[in-house]
Amino acid sequence: MTRSAIVTREIDPTALLAEVQSAEIGAISIFAGTVRDTNDGRSVTAIDYSAYTSMAESELESILAEARDRFGVTAIVVEHRVGSLALGDVSVAIVAAHAHRAPALDCTRFVIEEIKKRVPIWKREHYADGALEWVDPTAGRVAIT
Amino acid sequence: MSTVTVQLFASYAESFGRPTLEIPLDPGTTVGDLVRSIRSFPGAYVLPESPRMAVNRRFASFDQVVDPRDDVALIPPVAGG
Repeated sequence: MTRSAIVTREIDPTALLAEVQSAEIGAISIFAGTVRDTNDGRSVTAIDYSAYTSMAESELESILAEARDRFGVTAIVVEHRVGSLALGDVSVAIVAAHAHRAPALDCTRFVIEEIKKRVPIWKREHYADGALEWVDPTAGRVAIT
Repeated sequence: MSTVTVQLFASYAESFGRPTLEIPLDPGTTVGDLVRSIRSFPGAYVLPESPRMAVNRRFASFDQVVDPRDDVALIPPVAGG
């Protein structure tokens, strides 16, 4: 079973965990990305996430299909949130289930690394000094204010 | 002459000051040709040497031919997670 979604509500990782639970598995790996209060030495107060939603959903589906083939996991569920997130909010959660721990752990790592490479989602950080900048992991940040 | 709509997002929408661009399309126009046309718009200074383009919600190579009905988007550096 695989399921992925771009959501505008809060992410509840324990609800995702319940989705993948079954008697045949022996390991569930959970990864949650959260909004941190600093980046590159600057004090962050909030992050706005936006997406090219239809393509992001399609890319997430492709990543999960690849992950299932590669790691043989029984189930994987991913939710990525968009909108305005506060410090500590969960921005992304990935849950993978397998009979054994190693494929489950490797699967969540693979999925988050692929999301960072190819899912069209962007974030704009709000800083304590009032500035607002798009995060560009390839070349620093683009100032807009 | 037909045109194709190129969707812009995030930092690119801010730099170009609009959510879409209308680009003239001759038969055989490729993704690389579109990128060259896009570079003539104000705001294009923000583009890297090889910006990522998507056609019908998949990343496209520069030699892919574009149809006026395609869903085309210019993809800024992604930053999910």
